[in-house]
Amino acid sequence: MESSSSTRQLLWFFAIAVCVKLLLIPAYHSTDFEVHRHWLALTHSLPLSNWYADETSPWTLDYPPFFACFERFLSIFAHYIDPQIVDLHNGLNYRANSAIYFLRISVILSDLWLLYGVYRLTKNADVKRRYLIWVLIVWSPALVMVDHLHFQYNGFLLGWLLLSISFLQEGKDLMGGFLFAVLLCFKHLFAVAAPVYFVYLLRHYCWKGLVRGFSRLSVLGAVVVAVFAAAYGPFLYHGQIQQVFNRMFPFGRGLCHAYWAPNFWVFYIILDKVFSFFLKKFGFSIQIPAASFTGGLVGDSSPFAVLPKISPSTTLIMVLLALSPCFIKAWTNPQPRMVARWIAYAYTCGFLFGWHVHEKASLHFVIPLAIVAVQSLEDAKHYFMLSIVSCYSLFPLLYEGQEYPIKVLLLLLHSILMWLGFSTKFTRASAPNTMVTAKKKGAQSKSIESSSPAAEKGGFTIGWVGKSYLLGLLLVEIWGQFLHPYLLGDKFPFVPLMLISTYCAFGIMYSWIWQLRWIISTT
Amino acid sequence: MVVVDSQSPPKFGDYEAQRHWMEITLNLPVLEWYRNSTGNDLSYWGLDYPPLTAYQSYFHGLFLRFFDPDSVSLFTSRGYETYVGKLLMRWTVLSSDTLIFFPAIFYFAFVYHSSCHSSRKNDCAWHIAMLLLNPCLILIDHGHFQYNCISLGLTVAAIAAILSQRELLASCLFTLALSHKQMSVYYAPAFFSHLLGKCLRRKNPIHGVAKLGLTVLGTFTVVWWPYLHSTDALLGVLSRLAPFERGIYEDYVANFWCTSSVIIKWKRLFSVHSLKFISLTATVLTCLPSMVQQVMAPSSRGFLYGLLNSSFAFYLFSFQVHEKSILLPLLPASLLALEERRPFKWLMFYGLFSMFPLLCRDKLVLPYFALHALFMLLYHAPCGHGGRPRNARPNNTKFDYFDSFKTFMNGFIYLSSFILHIVYLTMHPPEKFPYLFEAIIMLICFYQFALLAFYTNVKQWSLLEHSTTEEEKKLI
Repeated sequence: MESSSSTRQLLWFFAIAVCVKLLLIPAYHSTDFEVHRHWLALTHSLPLSNWYADETSPWTLDYPPFFACFERFLSIFAHYIDPQIVDLHNGLNYRANSAIYFLRISVILSDLWLLYGVYRLTKNADVKRRYLIWVLIVWSPALVMVDHLHFQYNGFLLGWLLLSISFLQEGKDLMGGFLFAVLLCFKHLFAVAAPVYFVYLLRHYCWKGLVRGFSRLSVLGAVVVAVFAAAYGPFLYHGQIQQVFNRMFPFGRGLCHAYWAPNFWVFYIILDKVFSFFLKKFGFSIQIPAASFTGGLVGDSSPFAVLPKISPSTTLIMVLLALSPCFIKAWTNPQPRMVARWIAYAYTCGFLFGWHVHEKASLHFVIPLAIVAVQSLEDAKHYFMLSIVSCYSLFPLLYEGQEYPIKVLLLLLHSILMWLGFSTKFTRASAPNTMVTAKKKGAQSKSIESSSPAAEKGGFTIGWVGKSYLLGLLLVEIWGQFLHPYLLGDKFPFVPLMLISTYCAFGIMYSWIWQLRWIISTT
Repeated sequence: MVVVDSQSPPKFGDYEAQRHWMEITLNLPVLEWYRNSTGNDLSYWGLDYPPLTAYQSYFHGLFLRFFDPDSVSLFTSRGYETYVGKLLMRWTVLSSDTLIFFPAIFYFAFVYHSSCHSSRKNDCAWHIAMLLLNPCLILIDHGHFQYNCISLGLTVAAIAAILSQRELLASCLFTLALSHKQMSVYYAPAFFSHLLGKCLRRKNPIHGVAKLGLTVLGTFTVVWWPYLHSTDALLGVLSRLAPFERGIYEDYVANFWCTSSVIIKWKRLFSVHSLKFISLTATVLTCLPSMVQQVMAPSSRGFLYGLLNSSFAFYLFSFQVHEKSILLPLLPASLLALEERRPFKWLMFYGLFSMFPLLCRDKLVLPYFALHALFMLLYHAPCGHGGRPRNARPNNTKFDYFDSFKTFMNGFIYLSSFILHIVYLTMHPPEKFPYLFEAIIMLICFYQFALLAFYTNVKQWSLLEHSTTEEEKKLI
């Protein structure tokens, strides 16, 4: 009875999200829409051996084979509904309603996998925690914006990750490892957490004495190898492995994406520019670099004027360095309940220090962190800030005018829900009521100050640093949207975007340091 | 809780009308707005709402002209439909909604829940969600393109003012609402009777009536000032507001005249003049019970019922009613949502259903289903008390058969309505009756509306007995 009513409630949450997503069907979609439509056509019309070799469209397949199989599976239905969707040549840039509806509904339905992951994770939690986690994940505005507007299948992929975490948390390590291996064959970007998985599984699953440990290790190894073999085997057979890897790892791209993801390299670049500016003023001769940060590496020249050049291997080393405390902790004390934090931390490091990171990758650590956000007041406060910052950093993805109210409303509404949810969870019986009704972000500060006695008694409040940061976020948005076009017109068009990524980078760095401190301080 | 703007393309009709009004009000002097002239061709979407709409169009027109002057230039902008223009127009509706309707709803919620001692936070939140997420209003204002949010918002603010005993403010706000859309007159009997009832109970009724009358007249004068200098100008405006020549009904609206025209061909039997008289009498007669109740025993609860009843009376029996006017009874029903949960859900379902053909023509089918589903989901929210009445009556075995019959009938009609949705979308009507499906929808909706109107009238009248017995108890 209990589980069936909770399933029903979860389905209610999902149904509401589906209604909102249905309303978003006619809205903007990016080139990713055409990418996925083309992959449907590609996998449907061509044999396996041509999937990674085809050049019909610039949108070549750059995800691992399981995702290609997933597209193949979807294309069966697409063909049934409208054959032109999956036509390799006639379907190029096909924008008919049938294509749009089919692809959008496929994303909505694939979110059911995310729902299953969330369900498994929250099976044993109490009611309030369950509701909160559902609000945080199923109704995540960042996920809606990226998956259902911009168009991707992150919900589906994150479902695998959440499932894997849920199994690990229950102690079923083999299943968790298996699911993670499967996820890696869907999208290799998730491999950033692979070292953490490796260390944890080795220590927790395999470190059980020589014979048993070794047998477990071989079982685990066999499972992983089997998964990879199932994925890459057919391509190995056709002699295409090199081609597959070329497509999957296009290292010709630059350190940063065209729009800088709010990570560590933003600071590095700005520092470089500041140095070159001041050194020039002081009379040193500084060469303006030929390469740019977003384009490919031009031979050996560095896009940096003053600071040393960054190469992909440098970023890899930095990521591993940042991850090292996590490795040590996982090695010395592998506990199932810490797994979610470690994995989220791994993705945070990957986001901050990685090569050619997309801002969408922030989803990879924000969603897993939702699981631990409900565990303590500190976690909740941290998650509240992180969620808003990462969602805001995704705003430039939806640059058309008509989506502006949607993204602002989604973020505002979710922030209010988070606030209400956390307040109800974390007020003590004696604390005065800290609930607020709909208010703009800036005005939140006034009501929070008036209820500061609650902070002393453990209610959910934000300190003045957090409040001013959020206020700053509002100011950045006002500048970028209204003041900049009004005052400066078309000059310096990159300034608003730069401002957004820099400002959000502060928030994400804060989150990284907070997570690091948490991981180090716990035994 | 907040409106999600359905980004569907605006329709040529109402969208072009609103844009044209911005064009006229910006470029022509005030006196010319309602007059037929070379600059203002009244047959091409002439202004047919009172002056406040014109002022609002002027204000929005200024906004549009700042960003995109071509969209409101005289003559050359007819049929103008660009991406930027559409975006700006949608922004005007969205901003009117946020600036006028939302604060009015919050004011009402504040007043209603502070006076109603037994309400809990969950109920309050649920109520606000129901009010703000009214699918009808969203679909009409943001999909079909209108500015009902302004007049409805002003009306809600007036209602809230009455509930908080600020009668002068209420009459001022309601006069503003009337000056924005003449359809607000649907509520006028309720306001009138309630205020009259309240005044009669005071020590000096003439004084109260005079104060209210002066407020109303004063507000009217201020808003209609440019047109009051001559009777010609005033009549010019008034004739635009009440286009009697369009006939007693148009299209397939679920009111009495249109539904009974299946059997009694009103248009053929009577002239327009006599039909005007007949519909006026019918409307007044149907309003009368609720008005009398309010005059005799004014109360906040009775007032809300009175609003519902008078708007139902007008919807069912008035002249030249449009399908969109179902918004007007829906508003008091949603204000009463906590006390009449199931009737509210019924009214919303059938109100939306009655607008379904209109929305299909506007290609708003997906938003219709999504918003309708969203509404139903929020109505049955797991934290709220969706569907269960607040004061559940104890089970009485005597009424079991009747109850189960009622449930069966309701279920049957719900199911057939649902099937009709699909039939309407997929099947073609037979050649002889091209409007067969619209007629069936209209019949079902009218039947439900009539039932609901009867029920609410009975409910309001029972308030009278309740209050008289209370008074008798006090006397004893």
